Amino acid sequence: MPGKVKLHYCDGRGRMEAIRWLLAAAGVEFEEIFLETAEDLDKLRNDGRLMFQQVPMVEIDGMELVQTRAILNYIASKHNLGKDLKERALIDMYVEGMMDLNEIIIMLLTYPPEEQVNQLALLKEKTTNRYFPAFEKVLKSHGQDYLVGNRLSRADVHLVELIYNVEEFDPGLTANFPLLKALKTRISNLPTVKKFLQPGSQRKPHEDMKTMDKARKIFRF
Amino acid sequence: MFQQVPMVEIDGMELVQTRAILNYFASKHNLYGKDLKERALIDMYVEGMADLNDMVVVFPGHPPEEKDAKLALIREKTINRYFPAFEKVLKSHGQDYLVGNRLSRADIQLVELIYHLEELDPSLTANFPLLKALKTRISNLPTVKKFLQPGSQRKPLLTAEAIAEARKAFRF
Repeated sequence: MPGKVKLHYCDGRGRMEAIRWLLAAAGVEFEEIFLETAEDLDKLRNDGRLMFQQVPMVEIDGMELVQTRAILNYIASKHNLGKDLKERALIDMYVEGMMDLNEIIIMLLTYPPEEQVNQLALLKEKTTNRYFPAFEKVLKSHGQDYLVGNRLSRADVHLVELIYNVEEFDPGLTANFPLLKALKTRISNLPTVKKFLQPGSQRKPHEDMKTMDKARKIFRF
Repeated sequence: MFQQVPMVEIDGMELVQTRAILNYFASKHNLYGKDLKERALIDMYVEGMADLNDMVVVFPGHPPEEKDAKLALIREKTINRYFPAFEKVLKSHGQDYLVGNRLSRADIQLVELIYHLEELDPSLTANFPLLKALKTRISNLPTVKKFLQPGSQRKPLLTAEAIAEARKAFRF
């Protein structure tokens, strides 16, 4: 097997966390090279290793891949977490919806405190009125254990990550969604995911202002 | 599914989410590379294009006082980040298409983006000969050529008026 999978990002969730979840769920080991300073990012850029001068960047199978979706698509396809054409259409549709919601979380701390209050309200509203109902409906419609194709796919992994994320802001958000709660339990009990959920894993903690301040220095914003 | 459009009815599905729709069509019509690794490159390229395209699409909706600054940002990113990245890809292999020596969605999406950017500022492609050549080649493909002609289903760049109307329809 060629070199190990290596992740280049800062030591926080940001746009890399979904990739960590998927690799972990697939049972793929990975190393992490953390950006600590703006100069670390400059070096990657000057060495021509970032196609669009941005991270996340993942070294995998001889490639230096950037763009979160490109990375996720590759990992999912390679590890049979979503392949057949029509299933992939459903998976893509579901996952894109999840990413829209997750984007609110990723961007939350970049706003001034007054705006963060609005964004949090928006997050809760969209979760309970738009996204959770949509996914609860999918599970109800077929009564199966997984979102698509009656087997584990990236859609299940991303959704459970999202459920954990929103519950960190408000544990009550899943109250009226029994099938989502059941999915969360089921996926959390898969051996690879269970391992990733334990302390000491490569999963990153809830973002706080300390991580955000560090990110501001590295990414100069 | 998420109370949003675009929505496309295809093959018995009602698909939403732009990327889901694009991915399905591209796969179905062999415009997504021949294997996993080619797909990874295509995804990487089109995601970069989407980042730039997002800026272009919202540009007409900015208030007049912000427009100059936004246009300057679009120009800067086009000339310093995105166009050099794609010119470099074409230069690196010297082939007629971005990936796998054959037409893929990456070529089509890049040419669409080039057309959009040139509508904002025709000089943006001045120092990117390989991108200009790609644009010409793709534009001459019979299907694309037809789409570029007046009367096709291609839509014009959004005007400020069109955005004002969209605001009403989408209530934002």
